[in-house]
Formats: sequence, C-alpha cells, structure tokens
Amino acid sequence: MITIKNLKVSVEDKEILKGVNLDVKPGELHVIMGRNGTGKSTLANVLVGKEKYKVTNGTVCFNGENLLDMSPEDRACAGLFLSFQYPVAIPGVNNMYFLKAAVNAVRKSRGEEEIDAVDFLSMIREKLKMVALDESFIHRPVNDGFSGGEKKRNEILQMIALEPKLSILDETDSGLDIDALKIVAQGVNDFRSPERSFILITHYQRILNYMQPDYVHVLMNGKLVKSGTMELAKDLEEKGYSWIEKEMAEVG
Amino acid sequence: MSNELIKKSIAEDYKYGFETDIEQDTFPPGLDENIIQKLSNIKNEPEWLLNWRLKAYHHWLKMTEPAWANVKFNPIDYQSISYYSAPKIKSAGSLDEIDPEILETYTKLGIPLDEQKMLEGVAVDAVFDSVSVATTFKDSLKKAGVIFCSFSEAVKEHPELVKKYLGSVVPSTDNYYAALNSAVFSDGSFVYIPKGVRCPMELSTYFRINAANTGQFERTLIVADESSHVSYLEGCTAPMRDENQLHAAVVELVALDNAEIKYSTVQNWYPGDKNGIGGIYNFVTKRGACRGNKSKISWTQVETGSSITWKYPSCILQGDDAVGEFYSVALTNNFQQADTGTKMIHIGKNTKSTIISKGISAGKGQQTYRGEVKIMKSAENARNYSQCDSILIGDECGAHTFPYIDVRNPSAQMEHEATTSNIGEDQLFYCNQRGISTEDAVSLIVNGFCKEVFKELPMEFAVEAQKLMEVSLEGAVG
Repeated sequence: MITIKNLKVSVEDKEILKGVNLDVKPGELHVIMGRNGTGKSTLANVLVGKEKYKVTNGTVCFNGENLLDMSPEDRACAGLFLSFQYPVAIPGVNNMYFLKAAVNAVRKSRGEEEIDAVDFLSMIREKLKMVALDESFIHRPVNDGFSGGEKKRNEILQMIALEPKLSILDETDSGLDIDALKIVAQGVNDFRSPERSFILITHYQRILNYMQPDYVHVLMNGKLVKSGTMELAKDLEEKGYSWIEKEMAEVG
Repeated sequence: MSNELIKKSIAEDYKYGFETDIEQDTFPPGLDENIIQKLSNIKNEPEWLLNWRLKAYHHWLKMTEPAWANVKFNPIDYQSISYYSAPKIKSAGSLDEIDPEILETYTKLGIPLDEQKMLEGVAVDAVFDSVSVATTFKDSLKKAGVIFCSFSEAVKEHPELVKKYLGSVVPSTDNYYAALNSAVFSDGSFVYIPKGVRCPMELSTYFRINAANTGQFERTLIVADESSHVSYLEGCTAPMRDENQLHAAVVELVALDNAEIKYSTVQNWYPGDKNGIGGIYNFVTKRGACRGNKSKISWTQVETGSSITWKYPSCILQGDDAVGEFYSVALTNNFQQADTGTKMIHIGKNTKSTIISKGISAGKGQQTYRGEVKIMKSAENARNYSQCDSILIGDECGAHTFPYIDVRNPSAQMEHEATTSNIGEDQLFYCNQRGISTEDAVSLIVNGFCKEVFKELPMEFAVEAQKLMEVSLEGAVG
C-alpha cells in the first residue's frame, strides 16, 4: 500500500523527521504512538502534501506511484485520506454539498460518473447510521459550530463516504468521551477490509481496546524507534516512554 | 496553496467584450444646452421634459463630483464624452426592422430577442447605447394591462404617468450623477403595473454599451399601482476597451398600497483588464419609494463587473408597514473598486428593512460597504436587520465597512452584524485533501458565502450569477 523509506522532513529549516521507514500492506492497521512534539502530525501532514513541510530526503511509494510528486488533491483522488486532528470550519458551505463535491471529485478522477443529489442523499443516509449521526447533521455548515466529538465523527463520515485506500487518523480519539470514542472506533472497524489500510496516530492506548491493530510503532526524535504489537501499546500505557529512551541509550 | 500562488492573478477573458460593427448616429463629444436641445428634438419631446432636462443641467453645472466614496480614479472630462449614439436604422417597433447585426449581438450575449427563442416567461427591453432597440412580449403584457416599453415611447404614449412619477423618487437635483443623467438621459425602460395585477412574466432590461467614447445614461421608472406585483431584472455588458466609459443611470421605483416590486440586477460591465486598464465607471442612483401602506420593495444585486462601482439602491419606507430589502453580492478582482450599499429611510409606522451585503475581494480589488439606516421620528416600531460580511482572497485586496445608523424614535429595534474573513489556506487545504481542486474550493466557499443573496434571485438568474462568480474569480487563486 505505502512504503516510506528514510523520510526526512523539515519545517522552517528545523528537521522534524530524521529518517522514517514504514511499510503498510493492504488490510493492515498500524498505530504510531509517541510523546508530544516527536513528529507524529508532521508525518501525517507530509504524506497528504501540506506545503510548509519540506521533504529533504527519502521516498514515499503509494500503490506504485511516487506520492511526493503528486498534488494534495491528486493524492486524495488516488485514495489517501487524512482525518485531521483539528478539522477547519467552512462557514456557509453545507456539509452535504461539500461532501458531494468531494465524492464527485474523487469519482471523476477515477473516470466514474458523478453522483446526483438524490442518489447521494440515500447513500449518505446509510453512512450517517455508521457514525450515529442524524440527518440534520449534513445540512449544517462544514464543521461550523460542531462540538469536538461531532468534528471527529464528521471526519469518519467523510472517510467512509470517500472510501479511501489508506486512511491516516491523526489523533482522531483525542478529546472524545467514551461513547463518542466507541462510535468512532466502530466506524473504523466497520470500514476495515482486506483492501484498506490505516495509520492511526494516537497518544492513548484507550482506543486500541476497541480496535485490532496489526502493528504498534513508537516515534521518538523523528524516527520510528520501536515496533511491536498490541503488547507494546500496553507497556507504553503502563510504563511511559522513558524505558525506550534508556533502551536506545544502551544500544547507543 | 501558498501566498505566492494566491498572488498570481490571471484575468479570465471577458466573454462579452466584442464590438458590433454598425453605423451609428453619434453626437460630437461635449455637453451644452444645444446638445440637450438636440437630444430632446430627436426624441420629439414635449416642452415640459426639455425644461426639466435644462433645469437639471443648470443645477449640475453648479455641482461638484462627490469625493466621499472610497474609490480612486482619474478625473472625468465631461466634454470629451459623446452624449448620444444610436444605430442608424430606426428600429423601434417590430423585430423585422431591427438591424440584423444588433439581433446577432443580443443572440451572442445570450439574450435572443426573437420571442420564439426567448427564455420562457421573461420579457426583455433591449437598450443599445442610447436607445431601446426592441421590447419583447409587449402584446401579451398589454392584455394583462401591463405597460412595458422604452422610456421614449412612454413619454409619447403615457405622458401623464411619466410626468407624474419622473423625478418623484430621485429628484433631478439629487446628486451629481443623477443631475447629469436627468439632463442627458436618452432612453431606458418604463413599467406600469395596474391595480391588482400580478405581472404574468419576469420583466427585464438588457443594457449594452457598444459605441466608443460615449456614455450611457438611461432611466428606468417602475410604478406598481395598488396591490400589484412585479419582478424585474436588469443585465449589462460592454466591449473591452482601454479607455474608461461612463455609465450613469437612474432607477426610480414607486410602490403604492400593498404593491410589491422585486428588482434584481446582474451587473457585468467590462471590469477592465488584469492591470486595471479600461472598464466601465458605473455611477448609478437607484431608489425606491414604498409610498403605500404594506408596500414592499426588494433590491437584489450581483455586481461582478465595472472598474468602479458607485451605487446605493435604497428604499424610502413612507407607508405604514412598508418593507424594504437589500441583498447584495459585490465582487472586486484585479484592480476593481466598489463602493456600494444601501439606504433605508424609515418614515411610516411598523416599517421593516433587511440588509444582507456580501463583499468579496480578490487580487488588488477594493470593496466598500456603505449603508445608512435612518429611523425618523414618525417611524413608530421600526425594525432593521443588517448583516455585512466580507471575504478576502489573498493579501493584497481590501474590505471596508461604513454603516451609518441614525435613530430618532426610541421604539426602533436595530440589529447589525458584520464579519470579515479570509479564505484561509487551511480551508483550501482541507478541500484539497478531500480531492477538491483549489479553484473549485474557492467557488465552493464563495458560493456558500453568497447563498443568502443568490436565493433571492429568480431561478434562471441564480444559476447565471453563480457561473458569473466562477468566471470572475477564475485566476484569483492558483
């Protein structure tokens, strides 16, 4: 699905990612954990092509294509999705209208016919159920006046409507109460399939109780320093990150 | 998306910038009493009208151009403008008599004058430079008792109505450009809706400037008698030229008891090129009098053209329970400047007014909302709601808001809201990440911003307006 090799990224001349390697295969769910400021969101943003992140080295291959050469919208159309940590509001633009424009942009890029308003509405009604939102939700302006939980659920709604191949969930669990967390996790679980992959960025092991990750990685000082399974996440929850630092110092 | 990209402004070709090559009778440049006399003679006007013009002219001579508007332009030399230009073949009357070149022009503009081909349910008065060349569906309107004709024809056929209402809303001495118009107006549209009649179709006037070095000075007068209803739309375009051309129009609306007038404008005069060369100076006075009780006047304008716009469609709410509305979208791109807004003068009891203004600035465009809400002592329980929103695209444009509020009756209820926002890079990136291109994202956001106003336009024109916005914004980003 995606192969990241020795990726180095700077923001305003400060090197944040210092050689990240990651290989995600179809159907897999990878979790990236780490302390604040270690570069987790940088990794998410550079993959979707946010401009202020400068790639200084390395390659990213997405389904056989050089991802770093593509424009943000082409990456999206190729099946890459980011659930934003802080989704922006677009006042005045109806949520449904926005989502329809997005779905049609993606369909158009695949050479498919655009979906009309009637078909779109019946499609979206089904998807709304998956994230436990009622229909009035899609008639509100995009993220405008949404609660934190609504914003995150809206991201998941967009994900399941756009049907991306690889979804990056950037702290989608942050700021959610336990019910909202379950809904979001369930939404992702229902969406999992052998063809779809996920990279979940999180601080907490909490959401993993509702998901079955294949791999858990620790990002520290701009590198993925340790990889494991669910057990690793549990260790981190219990012991924090300092033991990894020690381990690394010993390896030195 | 980056600021670099936002700065790159590429002007989209103006679709209506062609010129029609026909012979025209054009006055030599310059303005004096003789020119006005000559104009009045060509039109076989009655003496009272000539005197009315001359009075306006003499007043105009004593006036100075207003300098308070937030626009900058080189002084206009009023002696270098020609005040009358008309196609040679006399063409008022049946379509067969119209120069085929002119028919072709309107077809190219998307306004076929052939009734068979026309948009269903819309009657058009076509004004070409200084004269009305055709008015469609006149006969079917006549059956309903509706008078819809050129201003010149109205002077001949319905002098009593013209005499009664001309200048009754915008006096000939009202302001500099209105006085100039009163002196030299050459044609325009006249509408009278009799008592109790709901006009069976949309009425519209399409203004076309063709001749070079001329000004266009037309007048529109709409009278809605008791309990009548009319919806009227105007559109305008002009050829692309390097020099600026002046368009100084006057529109007067009169609504009697229970009457309703809905006046919509899609203004697409040539805006000048991307370096600010050329374009129309659109200096227009529009005012409606809600003279009767429970009368209603509603202005909707979509202003995307002109290099400079100076325009304040207003309502005088004289009758009790009268309602005034102003819905506006104004867009300035490249070097365009717009100083526009409204005046709502509350005189009658329980009068209500609503102002929704949406300004969009891109490129180096400068946009000013200027509005006045005045509640007179007599206006018991008056209410006003104003909302003025501006959106900025890029970092070289400007948005300014000057609301004046003057309340002389303590029972008034006033609400005013104003916002200014940027189309943020974060918003554009969010759209990009969902597969939407930057250009589509801008029009998505702008259309969302303008929605409240677009929904006030007649259906067909709402779609037009939306397309026009897209074209006008093309190249504003990316």
